[in-house]
Amino acid sequence: MISLRGIRKSFKVVKRGSGAKAALGALFRREYNIISALDGVSFDIPDGEIVGYIGPNGAGKSTSIKVMSGILVPDGGTCTVSGLTPWTDRKTLARRIGVVFGQRTQLWWDVPIADSFELLRDIYRVPRQDYIRARDRLVDALDIGSFINTPLRQVSLGQRMRAELAASLLHSPDVLFLDEPTIGLDAVSKLAVRQFIRTINEERGVTVLLTTHDMNDIEALTDRIILIGKGSILYDGAMSAVKSSRTAEGLPVEEIVAGLYKEHGL
Amino acid sequence: MRDLIRPYTSMFRVQFIGQLQYRAAAWAGIATQFFFGFVFVMMFTAFYRGGTAAPPMPLENLIAYQWLKQAFLVLIVLWSRDNDLDNQIISGHVAYSLCRPVDLYALWSARLAANRMARCSLRFAPVLIIASLLPAPYGLIPPPGIVAALLFALSLMLGMLVAVGLSMYIHTLTFITLNNTGLWLIGGALADFASGLLIPLPLMPDWLERALNLLPYRYMADVPFRVYSGDLSGAAAAGAMGIQLLWVAILFATGLLAFRAVLRRVVIQGG
Repeated sequence: MISLRGIRKSFKVVKRGSGAKAALGALFRREYNIISALDGVSFDIPDGEIVGYIGPNGAGKSTSIKVMSGILVPDGGTCTVSGLTPWTDRKTLARRIGVVFGQRTQLWWDVPIADSFELLRDIYRVPRQDYIRARDRLVDALDIGSFINTPLRQVSLGQRMRAELAASLLHSPDVLFLDEPTIGLDAVSKLAVRQFIRTINEERGVTVLLTTHDMNDIEALTDRIILIGKGSILYDGAMSAVKSSRTAEGLPVEEIVAGLYKEHGL
Repeated sequence: MRDLIRPYTSMFRVQFIGQLQYRAAAWAGIATQFFFGFVFVMMFTAFYRGGTAAPPMPLENLIAYQWLKQAFLVLIVLWSRDNDLDNQIISGHVAYSLCRPVDLYALWSARLAANRMARCSLRFAPVLIIASLLPAPYGLIPPPGIVAALLFALSLMLGMLVAVGLSMYIHTLTFITLNNTGLWLIGGALADFASGLLIPLPLMPDWLERALNLLPYRYMADVPFRVYSGDLSGAAAAGAMGIQLLWVAILFATGLLAFRAVLRRVVIQGG
């Protein structure tokens, strides 16, 4: 169960004009803009559900995930994930959640993927037997076996993302946050990743919150979407309802979402 | 207990093994170490020959100090740094480390200790062996006894921990500055001077030596290297090593608080 109530977070961003004069002025006096990244975000996700978290770039998707995983402390509001407040129970919560940031890597660059897995096992203090069972299952489901002994720097992006997914599930979390897990992947890898997300959700009841810009990911995985824009939740409901409410039935899903963004002035 | 420290020992092991890959850097390092070793030894020998006042430290002790400095440089020098860690902080990849069920300060300290010990393990033996074979007064004298040798080993480890504690402060500050160049440059230069790596503390004016005694830096290098030769022995050695231990405790305790304070206001930018 994930629950957010009125989560707010703003960032201070240095304001500076262009040109030499402004640059010189900034040495002595800095002006800041307060950017509201999250402006009272509330939603609930019951256990075992897959939710697509969508919105244009800069809408606050990643910021929300950072709040829910305990990396960022919000300015206000309450949040519980598996009954814990992320920023006060960061270490306890860490054992129950898995996180994949599609644009970052958690595996060690120079060492074989298998060694990274071993280190993660020790970091999460997973008992040997449980670890071997989880690893074998993941290696099999994600088809990692052929490159598990290759250093990370020598594998392709699609292979890397599959390894990242496996790495975030070695400690068998109940909740999985996926921040753009299909970014930059080819069709085959995308299908593999989607299939895998569906499997762990169905077989192990893992709750999944997924951000993506590829609406096909959402269509393939779930009907529930949460739309965020400019730090606020604009829509929380069924994707099918959005589709059927539109006159232009049969439009590609990208067009529908673009229309949705436009409607909300994003 | 074993389970409690498992993440930290595992990180230490992986990092130690990873550092052993850099063999070319080690060979180049050894060559540099000999070059600077000879420069410093010849310079101080010349000073002592030309000097008229009674020297504050016997020449053979001073030369032992120089060779030990070359042998254990990467273990105790502040600028023996972990670039990957800074890159993680600057690029935001640290986001992953922040959602692990471990104490990140302890995990990174283990990692820094592993870096220093692994780099040093590849370099110190050739320098010690060859320096011991050099003719007097240019060679490395053995320690006066087994007690001095053991105290030196202990003191050297404490010195390494002081260096790790100070390095963690620089990594903590990198969260704020998001650029590590200046911090290491200024910190490294200050530490090199204040720890006695450029000029041993006994050779400095009294007022300066007294002032530097109040800072943590001399406990990285000056103390262990003088314990080796017996320049610090008995009560003086025990007292200095007690202060080393105190500095380790102070640096890690305050460093942990500072690290936590910084993490509370950390902002990971970008998607």
